[in-house]
Amino acid sequence: MGIIEARDVVYEYVRRDEEGNVEGVTKAVNDVSLDIKQGDFIAILGHNGSGKSTLAKHMNAILNPTEGTIWVDGMDTNEEENVWNIRQTAGMVFQNPDNQIIGQVVEEDVGFGPENMGVPTKEIWERVEESLKAVGMYQFRKHSPNKLSGGQKQRVSIAGVLAMHPKCIVLDEPTAMLDPSGRKEVIRAVRGLNQVEGVTVVLITHYMEEIIHADRVFVMDQGKIAMEGTPREIFSQVEKLKSLRLDVPQVTLLAYELKKQGIPLPDGILTTDELIRALGLE
Amino acid sequence: MSIVLEHVNYIYGEDTPLALRALNDICLTIPDGQFVGVIGHTGSGKSTLMQHLNGLIKATEGHIYFNGEDIYQKDYDMKKLRSKVGLVFQYPEHQLFEIDVFTDVCFGPKNLGLDKEEVKRRATDALKKVGLGEEFFYQSPFELSGGQKRRAAIAGVLAMQPQVLILDEPTAGLDPRGRDDILKQIKQLQTQTGMTILLVSHSMEDVAEYVDRIIVMNKGSVMFDDVPKKVFQHYKELEEVGLAAPQVTYIMHALKEKGLDVDVNATTIHEAAEEILRALKG
Repeated sequence: MGIIEARDVVYEYVRRDEEGNVEGVTKAVNDVSLDIKQGDFIAILGHNGSGKSTLAKHMNAILNPTEGTIWVDGMDTNEEENVWNIRQTAGMVFQNPDNQIIGQVVEEDVGFGPENMGVPTKEIWERVEESLKAVGMYQFRKHSPNKLSGGQKQRVSIAGVLAMHPKCIVLDEPTAMLDPSGRKEVIRAVRGLNQVEGVTVVLITHYMEEIIHADRVFVMDQGKIAMEGTPREIFSQVEKLKSLRLDVPQVTLLAYELKKQGIPLPDGILTTDELIRALGLE
Repeated sequence: MSIVLEHVNYIYGEDTPLALRALNDICLTIPDGQFVGVIGHTGSGKSTLMQHLNGLIKATEGHIYFNGEDIYQKDYDMKKLRSKVGLVFQYPEHQLFEIDVFTDVCFGPKNLGLDKEEVKRRATDALKKVGLGEEFFYQSPFELSGGQKRRAAIAGVLAMQPQVLILDEPTAGLDPRGRDDILKQIKQLQTQTGMTILLVSHSMEDVAEYVDRIIVMNKGSVMFDDVPKKVFQHYKELEEVGLAAPQVTYIMHALKEKGLDVDVNATTIHEAAEEILRALKG
């Protein structure tokens, strides 16, 4: 069993009218099964309303499945007594950094999680230091979070989760509100956590180029997993992705357009270097 | 008929120890019917600048002329200015509040004191312009998808029939298709009605694809102001201030370096594909 395993998970929202009468039921997650291995970098794509955030919220027991089961590191999220441990195992980072930062000083904010877990003071400081170093924010430890840029704030949020020593981090559109350099900083930090620290990463995003290094990609549609594969397998299917309201990285799209015009190129080119090689320019 | 800014300065908390210069000697002319992209990293002053254009913030020094009239002169009708210069904030769907979509869009024109028939006509027209058909009119705005909510909110501003529409990151958090749909509709508004559009964005690819002119803000000053191709030639300077060129521009530079004789100034996929085909055949 992997770090996160979902079996036949269904999550239903009950829609009600103004008097509170049941109008109908929407299956936001509809019979999803997946298995995520420890240390993997997983990406989840899907249009607005496809169910990807709802699924993500099951991964640290913010939501519980209506049917089926999710295990986080072997713990069933339906069991009340597991919730505390599950949230320490799988940390979550959300879209808006301003809603996640509570401390007056960066290092205080990062120390909040381990402090609540009852970690001894000396170890809290060690954890704060290593977490801030892991996301490249150590030199800002004495700053006020209010004065940081969006990308910096988001990296502080990630450090805050990291200080709880999770085995897995789930990030729900962490770059949606950031400028280009902020996006780059955050993605670099996330990849570092995965490769250097071995933390399992589940990244939800609408920016296709952020996930070309993922080990596996899930594409959601109408609450189900519509596609699954490596980034290359997924991005080889330009038309199918477009029909699911998604896109491919710009270099992939450029190669696809060139191929349509008769240039012999393989499907699923993911980087500029690959395009250069495929065009025989090296 | 245009917006003219003459030596506009704005200082937050003037005459206090916390005084902070947010805008520094801004001189700009925005002619009618132009589609202008405004880019800049978080804190560069772009939102502050936008809020000056409809009088939400008053310049510490300098003048702003709307259609030839100084908006800071005594007796200038600010309410009228705000009906002529429509501002769509970030995440405008958070401002939806009415029982159904149609009533929500009626709110603005109703407050202008128009008669009932005119209010209805404008709301119908505005919803049509953003691509929300009659089947959505009597739905609760809270039951729409992310992209539909955002369009309903934009319709609320359009129903005021502004001459200038300012949009602050209208596509943040939307899936790729939702993003393209909204930008295409905004472009259509500009070409069909001659409305002036100011688009604040963190997506260089979107800006490159749709706008006539780009204003780059940095530290409260205008850093560049030109057509997209010319602005993105300065990609190295843009990177230094937290921005970037569209990814396709980097691909073109890499191809050129490897000896393919392409024009590196392509900023859209379409241009880049044509340019590569030309170079390969030539």
